[in-house]
Amino acid sequence: MTEKSSERKKIFKTTVGGIEVNRVYAAADVPASKEERLGLPGEYPFTRHIMPTGYRGRLWTMRQYAGFGTVEETNERFKYLFKQGQTGFSVAFHLPTQEGYDSDHPLAAGEVGKCGVAIDSLQDMERLWEGIPLADVSTSMTINATAPIILAMYIAAAEKQGADKAKLNGTVQNDILKEYIARNTYIFGPAASMRLVTDICAYCAGELPQWNSISISGYHMREAGATAVQEAAFTLANGIAYVQAMLDRGMEVDSFAPRFSFFFAANNNVLEEVAKFRALRRMWAGIMKERFASKNARSMMLRYHVQTDGFTLTAQQPLNNIVRVTLQALAAVLGGCQSLHTNSFDEALALPSEQAVQVALRTQQIIAEESGTADTVDPLGGSWYVERLTDEIEKRAMAYIAEIDGMGGALKAIEKGYVQQEIANSAYDYQKAVDSKEQVIVGVNSYVTADEYTPKTLEIGAEVERKQRERLKKLRAERDNAKVARVLEQVRSVARTDDNVMPVMIEAARAYATLGEISDALRSVFGEYREPSIL
Amino acid sequence: MSDKKIRVLVAKPGLDGHDRGAKVVARGLRDAGFEVIYLGLRLTPEQIAESAIQEDADVVGLSCLSGAHMAVFPATVKLIREKGGKDVLVVGGGIIPKEDVPKLTGAGMAGLFGPGTSLDEIAKFIRAKAGG
Repeated sequence: MTEKSSERKKIFKTTVGGIEVNRVYAAADVPASKEERLGLPGEYPFTRHIMPTGYRGRLWTMRQYAGFGTVEETNERFKYLFKQGQTGFSVAFHLPTQEGYDSDHPLAAGEVGKCGVAIDSLQDMERLWEGIPLADVSTSMTINATAPIILAMYIAAAEKQGADKAKLNGTVQNDILKEYIARNTYIFGPAASMRLVTDICAYCAGELPQWNSISISGYHMREAGATAVQEAAFTLANGIAYVQAMLDRGMEVDSFAPRFSFFFAANNNVLEEVAKFRALRRMWAGIMKERFASKNARSMMLRYHVQTDGFTLTAQQPLNNIVRVTLQALAAVLGGCQSLHTNSFDEALALPSEQAVQVALRTQQIIAEESGTADTVDPLGGSWYVERLTDEIEKRAMAYIAEIDGMGGALKAIEKGYVQQEIANSAYDYQKAVDSKEQVIVGVNSYVTADEYTPKTLEIGAEVERKQRERLKKLRAERDNAKVARVLEQVRSVARTDDNVMPVMIEAARAYATLGEISDALRSVFGEYREPSIL
Repeated sequence: MSDKKIRVLVAKPGLDGHDRGAKVVARGLRDAGFEVIYLGLRLTPEQIAESAIQEDADVVGLSCLSGAHMAVFPATVKLIREKGGKDVLVVGGGIIPKEDVPKLTGAGMAGLFGPGTSLDEIAKFIRAKAGG
């Protein structure tokens, strides 16, 4: 028997569609120029970390994405967390808010309050933050197609509290390109949407200096099936498209790029994920410095949020998911994230229960306080395998970016369906690998046991929908409807020009025009996007 | 057993954008020899029922991960029946809590497939129930 045949598999790969892994790595696997490609933490190209102190200065932000039911319920939760000392909030909006429909729209049936909180007007936004001083907290809002409207409502609510706009701190996701690729909460076509994205970035650069105007997201592409390399490549390709669009508006690169942030997934293969994060930091630094001639180190620093990969959670033997989330969170921390959301173990079964949410947060706290992995910066730096993987991910991702450049950039590649097709192929290959057991999923296609455990899961009642509809009816009866009609006409007329929409969005929010009404005004000018069918 | 391919319409009712599962299942069924029409996402039960009749579908596969399944799945079945699709087999997938399964089958859903289901399992189920 040869030595080769004594191995468990013919080929070892990081993940399905991933990188082939050698038996062992040694000094010859990494180039001699390694030192300068790494740099020290806090130094260009930031491979090792964006801060010299890593987590020794300050831990990552443990930012759990939440929001459910009515604004009152979410407000209760936020107030409780605020009293506990939490000052970073992450708001999940229900799908009608994300896709530009009021809660009483026929398409909203069954969705109200389900995946997040229902926001139909400034009134809801005011109630959401009642008792929480917006000048003193930081808020991350997962909102894209309707980001101009939601940001406007947030600004208007902050004004009503007497907060100084310049002091507002937070993030809007505002990344429409990945919506066409994966997440699918688009409304308008790509050209109009890119204009709205850059309107927000330009407005924030001038008026909200502490606000992250975009969170360029690979997470949803990964969830849709992308490999680690594809996630890295397509996210940065989108990032390049946004920077270029801002430059095309006549903005100077370092006036907006320091406020760009990113959002990635953490999957099960710990070392591949660590390498991915390190490669991403180096690639973005290089892109900003070489391609866009940035002079400000802050523009070159890839700051990012990580969420553990929801797709990897299994409905079978759900407690095993705690272990998966732990591995993923560990990868995020070893990789050097700025903030982290850990998923709840019951999320393949239903909306997460309170107990599961707590275990998810405790997982982060255990890593931070007990594992010792946060005590030195980039602890895996210099590992021959991790360095080799970092180089390999960078090489493959840069090849993808070159291909997308050749098509005319990310927007063109998306319009052609290229990016969607690449991801759909990966998703299908993955499923086939699982079905054939080439990829083992514990508890699903191997180590199967009769399922006895049923966690207590969260259910959102139908009364939320009824309440929200009644509230809208009351609002429409009580507000100054002539004023609303006037401001909606202004929205349409600004949309037809090249002017920044943000000022008129804020006017519309103040007049208590609803999110659905403002979206309809924009739809009447921009039209609606219909996705091509790509399997 | 006839030579006619079983026609399967795959669609996502409601506003949920998680289409990985729907797309993988659509492609898997196509590769397994079914005739598949992928209708896409953000559809009302009315639009799906209408298409099911127009396309003369034998099977309609619905997918929802947002929690709206109790509103949109039974409504789609009801509309398909009302429009004359008496024998159309309606199946579904997504994040469906266990306690909702009997309610959905009671409303006329023939089968529900949660996370971890193999493509083969779904294909076998449809073949057994929709004939062909």
